[in-house]
Amino acid sequence: MSDNLRKVVIDNVEITVNPALTILQACEQMNKEVPRFCYHERLSIAGNCRMCLVEVVGGPPKPMASCALQIKDLRPGPNGESPVIKTNSDMVKKAREGVMEFLLINHPLDCPICDQGGECDLQDQALSYGVDFSRYREPKRAALDVDLGPLVETHMTRCISCTRCVRFITEIAGVPEMGQVGRGETSEITSYLGQTLTSELQGNIIDLCPVGALTSKPYAFSARPWELTKTNTIDVMDALGSNIRVDSKGKRILRIIPRNHDGINEEWLSDKSRFMWDGLNRQRLDRPYIRNTSGKLEETTWDLAMTAVSEKCSQETKILAICGDLINVETLYAAKKLMVSFKGKTECRIGGSYLPPGDRGAYVGTASIADIDTAERIFLIGTNPRIEAPVLNARIRRAWLRGADIKLVGEPAELTFEYQYLGAKIKDLGKLSEKFLKSNLKKNSLIILGQGALLGLHGPNIMQAIKEFKEKTKSELLTLHVAASRVGAMDLDFVSDIGFDSSIEWSEVVLNLGVDDYDIPKGPFVVYQGSHGDRGAERADVILPGCAFTEEPGTFINTEGRPQMAFKACDGVGEARENWAILRALSDRLGVPLPFSSLEELRTQLFQENPKIASINEVPSNSWLAPRKFSKECLNYSLRTVIEDHYLTNPIARSSVLLAQLSRNNRMVKSKKEIENL
Amino acid sequence: MLRRLDKKQPESFKFSAKNLSWARKQLKKYPDGRKQSAVIPLLFRAQEQEGWVSKPAIEVVAKMLDMAPIRVFEVASFYFMFHLSPVGSVAHIQVCGTTPCMLRGSERLIEQCKKKISSNPMEVTHDGKISWEEVECLGACSNAPLVQIGRDYYEDLDEAKFSNLISNLISGIKPLPGSQTDRFSSEPNGDLTSLKGKVEEEKNASVSLFSHDFGKKKRSKAKHPAINLEDKPDA
Repeated sequence: MSDNLRKVVIDNVEITVNPALTILQACEQMNKEVPRFCYHERLSIAGNCRMCLVEVVGGPPKPMASCALQIKDLRPGPNGESPVIKTNSDMVKKAREGVMEFLLINHPLDCPICDQGGECDLQDQALSYGVDFSRYREPKRAALDVDLGPLVETHMTRCISCTRCVRFITEIAGVPEMGQVGRGETSEITSYLGQTLTSELQGNIIDLCPVGALTSKPYAFSARPWELTKTNTIDVMDALGSNIRVDSKGKRILRIIPRNHDGINEEWLSDKSRFMWDGLNRQRLDRPYIRNTSGKLEETTWDLAMTAVSEKCSQETKILAICGDLINVETLYAAKKLMVSFKGKTECRIGGSYLPPGDRGAYVGTASIADIDTAERIFLIGTNPRIEAPVLNARIRRAWLRGADIKLVGEPAELTFEYQYLGAKIKDLGKLSEKFLKSNLKKNSLIILGQGALLGLHGPNIMQAIKEFKEKTKSELLTLHVAASRVGAMDLDFVSDIGFDSSIEWSEVVLNLGVDDYDIPKGPFVVYQGSHGDRGAERADVILPGCAFTEEPGTFINTEGRPQMAFKACDGVGEARENWAILRALSDRLGVPLPFSSLEELRTQLFQENPKIASINEVPSNSWLAPRKFSKECLNYSLRTVIEDHYLTNPIARSSVLLAQLSRNNRMVKSKKEIENL
Repeated sequence: MLRRLDKKQPESFKFSAKNLSWARKQLKKYPDGRKQSAVIPLLFRAQEQEGWVSKPAIEVVAKMLDMAPIRVFEVASFYFMFHLSPVGSVAHIQVCGTTPCMLRGSERLIEQCKKKISSNPMEVTHDGKISWEEVECLGACSNAPLVQIGRDYYEDLDEAKFSNLISNLISGIKPLPGSQTDRFSSEPNGDLTSLKGKVEEEKNASVSLFSHDFGKKKRSKAKHPAINLEDKPDA
């Protein structure tokens, strides 16, 4: 046994554990269940629910809260025996029953009308550890509900004061807006002066709440958990690829909750990803459309729509396929194959952000998201992680809390941690002293490069400048994307040799795969394939309705280069078809049938040609190309961030009423702050 | 008791120059990054200046200590000694209602409060001059029953004396703090019942101090010990 390990006896089994662990964590290591409400492994320890009581033999003659007692604080027996802990003794059983009885004194018995019913920690633990009757005949306490905004509904009478929500909002979300005020029976969880929450991670307190005090407003009274079909899939609202579970009932998606993935989203999810589902039911393209002679879009059949497209395309036509933000790799693969057979072009770098094709070490980077946890220095360049990837921002905040030194180059941003602002231009990196740079060589340092740095003409040069800076400081690089499909498209080489704007000018027919953030100028014939009637559909000459990401299986590669599988949660609306199948059918019409007729065949070919994509859920290490010479002009270019409105970045989000409301609230808070600062 | 911030809040709060310099001195007691330890002293000083803790005061204190306002509000709402609504400008009478005082008649004092001030605690009457509340043990049980007004204790009260005290306060006369009977500190009411003989000096130094200094003062009407002037709040 090494010096820094300790032996303890838990329920007659001796184990050797790290003395820094708490008793509860040691019990978890040996799969002993200890009930708890306030303890959460990603939050600080509060020790106020008293549900995790265990008996420490030889200690004070009373049960101890196991979540707040470390192994190293246990005293050995008189002859140096290992400390003995019991989690099943009579004392523990009685203590748990007592705590449960106290918790239930003021908890309303409204489970039949409570949204938490069926997935409630209090319900489950009352069943396992409580008693079957109540001795309490007095009136119960009632509490006023708080208005926390359009996402979180409160029923404060149900609150058991575990303070998980307060700790999450303060520690992880980094905006200290909630607290527990008052004391004793009348203490209450509130936001300061009844203000609504502003965090973009606030939805997580719904999951954290062990009772039905904080529930989801949009999901209120829609379903019981056991009625829902649960599909484990991947989120596409940002480029993180957060793991989610989509809960649906019949054809409708009723809610989205996060799944744990330590390497990506841990167990958090941003509000945009959690609450965008009402956008999946609105503004949908449910049948093909065609622009008639008077210039109006008109409903049509698949057959006529396909014919209209095939009439426009011949082997001489200059065809361009462009890829939007939410397109899976399979669709891109089919589109790429189609374009190759037409000698057409492909492009995915919407808005002209410069990503170097083939240089995976640059467009993905050399670091993984988990590397933030060990980084001692973080350089944020041209990015505002709080709106580009809120969950990633929470991870950077944790690094900052641990003591990481954070510098920002680009637009100053209101982040949830302190940082040193160097300036808006790449040349401001030169402000770092020689001493600092020298010390950097011995530290874990990380560059997080936002898409904002790569916008515009200077993009290619800035990329080289960053590569040079990376080599000089011996840092790792993480390129932070904002579109879920971007890395996948880059991996398939879905780019043209002439750049985005020139290829649009070059084209005669544009196959638009869900690009809504770019206005295609007059001229080319536009075929829009997508799920929502958004800006892209307005410009289209033919609309081919495709499935949204929850309605078809597909692979997405996240910002660190990790391929993950998304699955089908429910059927597409109306006549919408799976996107790869549309392209397959189109290829038949165009006389160049693609060499696969099922998704399995497509995937077999895709994986053969791109073995890296086949290793699902693995972050491959990327080769690094040395920086080339570049023009120094780019150093004087002021960087800006790419996202203007966090809540309205893609067609699904723009169709959501709830996100529109959040965006409005956000703008109001911002303008109010500006007025205060005047 | 459910306590919330008062609905009517002042526009702003500012520490007086003297209180501010005192507060700055308090901050120096704590190392960097531990400034929030001064939250209770600062809040209390703000209360002594204004009579109660207002929302602007909470925000000023929060700003001085680099804390989120909600964290300061949590502290202010936890301790009942912080008043979250205005109290009497002349006196806020805190009547001790815990067991020893109750046995010695504190309930009758509360009756007086209800009769002469207001039927409900924390209600300001007599042109905003006076208010009252019942508090937990003030720690001077040997002089029960007693009330606290500001920093002063008024001890050994009975109905008549307390009624008189309230009348004096209303008419602007400041009563002398301390025991309201002919008694020094918490000594026995009558003659000594123990330690009567000559005290052996070598046994206990403080005993000799007592017999030399305080012994003389004992019979010559107790004088309220002066508060260190520098430490006295600006009210």
